[in-house]
Amino acid sequence: MELFLEQLPIVLRALNTGFLQTLKLFFVTLIGAIPLGLIIAFGSMSRFKPLSYLVKMIVTIIRGTPLMIQLLIVYFFPGLVLDNPIWGSGESGRFLAASVAFIINYACYFSEIYRGGIQSVPIGQQEAGLVLGMTKNQIFFRVTLLQMIKRIIPPMSNEIITLVKDTSLSRIISLQEIIWAGQSFMRGSQGISGAIWPLFFTAIYYLIFNGILTVLLGRLEKKLNYFR
Amino acid sequence: MPILEVEHISKAFGRTEVLTDISFSLEQGQVLSLIGSSGSGKTTLLRCLNFLEQPDNGVIRVNGETLFDAQDPATQKVAEIRKKRLHFGLVFQSFNLFPQYTARENVMLAKKLLVQEQPDFKARKKEIFREIEAEADELLRQMGLSDRRDNYPHQLSGGQCQRVAIARALALKPDILCFDEPTSALDPELTGEVLKVIKGLAVQNTTMIIVTHEMAFARDVSSQVIFMDEGQILEQGRPDQVFNHPREERTKQFLSRFTEG
Repeated sequence: MELFLEQLPIVLRALNTGFLQTLKLFFVTLIGAIPLGLIIAFGSMSRFKPLSYLVKMIVTIIRGTPLMIQLLIVYFFPGLVLDNPIWGSGESGRFLAASVAFIINYACYFSEIYRGGIQSVPIGQQEAGLVLGMTKNQIFFRVTLLQMIKRIIPPMSNEIITLVKDTSLSRIISLQEIIWAGQSFMRGSQGISGAIWPLFFTAIYYLIFNGILTVLLGRLEKKLNYFR
Repeated sequence: MPILEVEHISKAFGRTEVLTDISFSLEQGQVLSLIGSSGSGKTTLLRCLNFLEQPDNGVIRVNGETLFDAQDPATQKVAEIRKKRLHFGLVFQSFNLFPQYTARENVMLAKKLLVQEQPDFKARKKEIFREIEAEADELLRQMGLSDRRDNYPHQLSGGQCQRVAIARALALKPDILCFDEPTSALDPELTGEVLKVIKGLAVQNTTMIIVTHEMAFARDVSSQVIFMDEGQILEQGRPDQVFNHPREERTKQFLSRFTEG
């Protein structure tokens, strides 16, 4: 027990540092994937068939393969196959590669949610806008968008909470996020080795952060309850 | 000169012909009722007038200006269709109010977007918006909805929603206001309040085209009635003529269903 109390501050400091990287990857993914998903959604709904087929194929491939493999491909492919290691070897290079893989992966999932959201807004809304002389853009931004957002908040909340936990997959390319930080005490770090409990501790971080997110997303959902 | 001239409009969806050689004209201040059984093409005709469908053939003229000519691609440019639509207003069967806006915002939205295209918009923005707000309040008052203006559509009854939708269409001051079965989605109890509003508009000489199954109302309010069957105009004339002295057997058969019981 005494030993545990002695080691706890060291472990927590390391986990905090790791979790900061986890959070960074989480937010960067959201900021990139939310708009990219919209572009993909419009691509897959395009009336220009070649574009819509191409986009749908990409979405199928991304959704049909493990994110872990995608991480490995994005990180190693340029260096090993193209002989052009664009990511560099440091932590910042790993972070960049992880961000790219996560943004593409999550944008594909988001795009399907958006598509469902857009298509669930009755066509009459668009027609009402048209006969009132509104442009397509005005109809999307002033009429459809908010109704779509209201409908997609529950499925998006699900994906966002999954994303928090999925960031741990970036451990596979040695991104120094919280799982990596916890594991370092198994190998041995700062005088502590063979300790598995720091890894168990990481779960608390995920749980607390997801708890906060759940509350915030619930509030947003409530805020849009003013209309039906 | 008639305010609206429709000549030889035809429209097919795939191989199904929905409208066949439709021609009629309408004078300023007149009310035209379109009657006929479901699937006879009444709604498609209204949608053609509002550019929600494109006719395969024919010409549509408003105040002598050719808005649409199937033979002339120059009349079919997407950018201009948006402006041409404004000659017509359309009130839908299912209202199609924007749920995230209050009654008043529903009435003002399109107009507020439209005035942004005026050259003097930036300089007079506040003044222009105040005018639009005053107009919206006046329209809602006419519809008997002054105390409901800050309610959202889901807080209103069907009849109130439809009256907001009418105010929303009127806000753009269309030359011709079209109604697509405006009371078909309403309880019988709520039908009356909407019909009363439309009658009020007729008294003020609003030019209107009304697709309806309310025969008593059509007889009352119209200056002209068209009976459609299988995409064609089978009979047209003054209400007294069509309702009391129909020439066609099919018209008699259709009307008998409404007079029985």
